[in-house]
Amino acid sequence: MNSRKFFAIGASTALLAFGVAACGSDDSDSTSGGSDLSGDIAGAGSSAQDAAQQAWIAGFQTDNSGVNIAYDPVGSGGGREAFIAGGKTDYAGTDSPFADEELTGAEDRCKKSGGEFVQIPVYISPIAVVYNLPEVENLQLSPDTLAGIFAQDITKWNDEKIAADNPDADLPDTDITPVNRSDDSGTTANFTDYLSATAPDVWTYPPDDAWPVKGGEAAEGTSGVVEAVGAGEGTIGYADESQAGDLGIASIKIGDEYVAPSAEGSTAAADEAKENKDGEYVYSFDIDRTTTNPDAYPLILISSAAACTAYDDSATADIVKGYLTYVISADGQQAAADNAGSAPISSDLQKQLQPAIDAIGS
Amino acid sequence: MEAATGPSVWGLRGGERRLGDRLFSGAAIASGIAILTVLAGVAIFLLIQAVPALSASTDELAEGKGLVEYIAPLAFGTVLAATLAVIIAVPLAVAVALFISHIAPRALAQPLGYIVDLLAAIPSIVYGLWGIFVLGPAAVGVMKWLEDNLGFLPFFQGPASVTGRTMFVVGIVLAVMILPIISAVAREVFSQAPRRQQEGALALGATRWEMIKMTVLPFGRSAVISGSMLGLGRALGETMAVVIILSGSGGITFNLIGSGNPPTIASNIASKFPESSGIEVNELILSGLVLFAITLLVNMGARSIISRSERHAAEGKKRA
Repeated sequence: MNSRKFFAIGASTALLAFGVAACGSDDSDSTSGGSDLSGDIAGAGSSAQDAAQQAWIAGFQTDNSGVNIAYDPVGSGGGREAFIAGGKTDYAGTDSPFADEELTGAEDRCKKSGGEFVQIPVYISPIAVVYNLPEVENLQLSPDTLAGIFAQDITKWNDEKIAADNPDADLPDTDITPVNRSDDSGTTANFTDYLSATAPDVWTYPPDDAWPVKGGEAAEGTSGVVEAVGAGEGTIGYADESQAGDLGIASIKIGDEYVAPSAEGSTAAADEAKENKDGEYVYSFDIDRTTTNPDAYPLILISSAAACTAYDDSATADIVKGYLTYVISADGQQAAADNAGSAPISSDLQKQLQPAIDAIGS
Repeated sequence: MEAATGPSVWGLRGGERRLGDRLFSGAAIASGIAILTVLAGVAIFLLIQAVPALSASTDELAEGKGLVEYIAPLAFGTVLAATLAVIIAVPLAVAVALFISHIAPRALAQPLGYIVDLLAAIPSIVYGLWGIFVLGPAAVGVMKWLEDNLGFLPFFQGPASVTGRTMFVVGIVLAVMILPIISAVAREVFSQAPRRQQEGALALGATRWEMIKMTVLPFGRSAVISGSMLGLGRALGETMAVVIILSGSGGITFNLIGSGNPPTIASNIASKFPESSGIEVNELILSGLVLFAITLLVNMGARSIISRSERHAAEGKKRA
């Protein structure tokens, strides 16, 4: 027994050492750039972007067989920190834009290689309000009602406010169980931003990555929320639309109409968003949550990619430039839509962003 | 240590220490030092990383709360979940151990022992998935019944969760997870209970239960306690299963069946860390330091209970 245990420890130590050595050997093979791209780059950040990043990496590497891209979905905060720290993180994916100290840190990082900071939106995802109420097929909610439910002011499904939004529905006398994310998340930040913008009288909390209301049902990750909503009757939650599965999806009131989430509506809302520039190539967007245009679905998440215009190694710059160009191209956006259920960015927005990418490595 | 025992022991041979002895002694000392270094290293890391959170203003901290206000519910949730698990697991583990060591026929005892040990080999994330897909939904009806019939107790005051992601379910899952540890330790010691005492008790006309009560249980008491403490340690630090199952959206409450449960320290770190930056990371590490301190206290408490009960046993023997 004991000798076996020693053997197991020895074997795992050897494996570990081997693994570390294997990782270490990676950084030795940086090949010089040419007309054909080759080399390695690494990104880290938003887990919401993960499925899209994998689709982009697969698509880009098919056309550029010499390139190796790795994306680590550590989370937006972790991605921003890793990007600022420099090192092996060449680009980052983040659900909320770099702000304040982080922005200064990112600019400093890029300045070290003689470049400027680049931040562009690459990924738009509609957020769906999902619910589990077999009796009701097309739930309709106005922002005030939605905020009341998630603020735990409205506690029964046959509440008169819900009835007012759904005159034709036969609402049951079931308790409402609101489900929220237990981990900090860009989805929560965008959902709370939507609530505080559209229902300021009911939703008195500021927008935040962390869910502000105590005592609701908290679940880990998008899959956790979807699972929890599916598990109990009378539940309601919010999740990326692509993950909603068989759950009911509520239509939210925009202007005078009730609108269900759609790719077209999300693209339209992103086009309507107010553009902010924190630097020549640093884009962030204020989504107009209170839009009255029923063709736009303003409950969306816009996630960005961060990079520098120059890197210590010009081959890296060329790959980052080529990769991001592919990411915002029609092909790249379609690949993400197919694999991650995101909404493509419009060709107008793409044209507007391309100069920032062209600045890389020039 | 070396100075006190070394010369006299090695002096017996009156000459050189053999190579094997020197190698063994060196390896043993190095291992002992390594353990202490690792432990000290972890403690120092936690302390250094936690300091910035201590001096930060309330605005900078997560959720705009003070440190105590932030960490107290977490510490409470950690202790509550682990205590619940131990309360459920210990009687069960002792019964399983007795069954295997004294009651089951040999042909059944051995495979059963293996199966119980196998429970310890299941990764905690699998327990988590089992809890959320099977046990949680199954517990919804039970929790509703508890609310309706035992709602006057603070533990079951409800309103009962409709999804089963509660402290109650977490307690049961953690209990299953720590069961094999406790029962393995107890089983080993129960099977070493003095044969003659057991035969004597039976000869004096004791029933099997009386024999176990008088001879086996007192003999195995400190083993049960130390096994329970090992289990408690695992339950305190358990992360993935709790992250997956628990709806940790509440503050300090004894209500075991509602949606708003206090999260545990480990599960809170796991779910908040990926999106945290700056001072919030330091705050999470500070909560880790609190968990480290709780675990240390639990282990020290267990040691003192065991040594006291051993002293009692020794005194009892002397008096007899």
